[in-house]
Amino acid sequence: MSLLHVADLRVTLQTARGPADALRGVSFTIDRGETVGLIGESGCGKSITALALMGLLPDDARVVGSIRLDGRELVGLDEGVLCTLRGRRIGMVFQEPMTALNPLHTVGHQVAEPLRLHLQLSAGEARQRALQLLERVRVPQAARRLDAYPHQLSGGQRQRVVIAIALACGPDLLIADEPTTALDTTVQREVLDLIAELVAERGMGLLLISHNLAVVARAVRRLMVMYGGIVAEAGPTGSVLQRLAHPYSRALFKSRPRLGLPRGTRLATIPGRVPELADLPVGCPFADRCERVIDACRDALPPAVAVAAAHQARCIRAHEDSAGPR
Amino acid sequence: MTDGAPPLVQVDRVGRQYRLPRATVFGRPPIVRALSDVSFTLHAGRNLGVVGESGSGKSTLARLVMALERPDTGVVRFNGQDLAALDASALRLARSGFQMVFQDPYGSLDPRRTVGQTVAEPLAVLHGAARAEQRERAVEALGAVGLRDSDLDKYPHEFSGGQRQRIAIARALITRPQLIVADEPVSALDVSVQAQVLNLMQDLQDRYGVTYLFISHDLAVVDLVCDEVLVLQHGVVVERGATREVFNHPQHDYTRTLLAAAPQAEPQSA
Repeated sequence: MSLLHVADLRVTLQTARGPADALRGVSFTIDRGETVGLIGESGCGKSITALALMGLLPDDARVVGSIRLDGRELVGLDEGVLCTLRGRRIGMVFQEPMTALNPLHTVGHQVAEPLRLHLQLSAGEARQRALQLLERVRVPQAARRLDAYPHQLSGGQRQRVVIAIALACGPDLLIADEPTTALDTTVQREVLDLIAELVAERGMGLLLISHNLAVVARAVRRLMVMYGGIVAEAGPTGSVLQRLAHPYSRALFKSRPRLGLPRGTRLATIPGRVPELADLPVGCPFADRCERVIDACRDALPPAVAVAAAHQARCIRAHEDSAGPR
Repeated sequence: MTDGAPPLVQVDRVGRQYRLPRATVFGRPPIVRALSDVSFTLHAGRNLGVVGESGSGKSTLARLVMALERPDTGVVRFNGQDLAALDASALRLARSGFQMVFQDPYGSLDPRRTVGQTVAEPLAVLHGAARAEQRERAVEALGAVGLRDSDLDKYPHEFSGGQRQRIAIARALITRPQLIVADEPVSALDVSVQAQVLNLMQDLQDRYGVTYLFISHDLAVVDLVCDEVLVLQHGVVVERGATREVFNHPQHDYTRTLLAAAPQAEPQSA
């Protein structure tokens, strides 16, 4: 049995323009020790997916489908029960280490909080454990940092503290939403390496969410590309990067600037822009921007088509060129 | 570039330090050297990239070139003119020659002003241009960045991040500047939107002959847009040269570290 099993997850949000389908049938699994990357641009549904997994969607959001953690259904659980899971079984790392930490409490207090809350440790025990955690995430001079406040730490150190909090209770699943976006590139790599190391050491499942394809690609075994509330393409990282079976994955990949392009090169762009949730069409959400669109694309959401081993794309034309790489 | 004409920007041994708040009541306030002894020359048409990590002095350098701050030591010259030596009205006049685009398109546009007001503002302030002329030039600037006339009367919240950055670029363009200082202009944007804005900036250079001082932590973006690059570490220039040369044959350890940390995803690497 998979650690996390998400089946046909649908989320409808209440927006100023009426109900909007933010997730339109998202399915995936994460095994213990497996690392999965979720990439996409603003508004594709990646953060909504994370919030749904943690039960942190707005109150008026409608959730249909199934999220099973170790076989236990999370959809429809009441808030009290979810509170015993968040921080205990599911750890979270957010994008902004400055806002994720409380500026009024010491670092030691904040790392100790989940330990006291979930594991009922005494203040002394929790402080001792917090120190070990800070040492484990390689916060320099951890013993002194216990009594420091977040503003006294650098961005990279703060993110290490957030990771220590997420790991405190030894969760089974770690969800990291843009964990390195606010950090310098060199620090970014250190933080990702640290996460990878901890995931391997503890056999956790990892869902790493980012808009940055390159950052995610080297850190995960499997990749999911989201667009318009669906998983457009999913498969082993190498296979996805080699085939780019969905036209959106291909377009996204081609539009990145990369080192070594001749000065003045114009990047490939995707015509049009990401549709608003309330304007998503009945058919393929990418149809209006796709260079390979045919009439049938607009009829219904395309089903997932197998393009290689454990690799699917939701494009009705994906099979046409699945034989050769790109 | 005509022979004998002064370079567009000449930064000569510039230093800038900031005083931090006192740590103790009687102690001396600690001082941070944001920039030390920085020199470079920017020629018209030759974009210069400035790379380095947070705290390396990139944004301080931008503020000095924009004459938003005065250097403690050294001189910043624009078209041969020492900006710090100009009086307020002469500086205001000189400002139409250099404009700035900021990183955050959500924070850099006034939410209570229409796009037309925001875009035309530099004209009103710098030249006291008539209403009709302002509007005409605003339409022209918006057109140059791919927005419509009808967008003139809308407010920033009606636009996406990429469109807002276009509006910010239109505002910078409206004075027909020779130099645009762009501080991380695409780092807050999604990948596909980033590509559109980078292409637009390059098109505008071809069309209007504007030159960019381009500040970015993304080496790939600098490689694409800039002819020359300056690597800053702790306020000191550690390496400088033609972009291709510096990135292919980095001489300084810090440049090598930055290059090694640049995220790459190529199909064959997987």
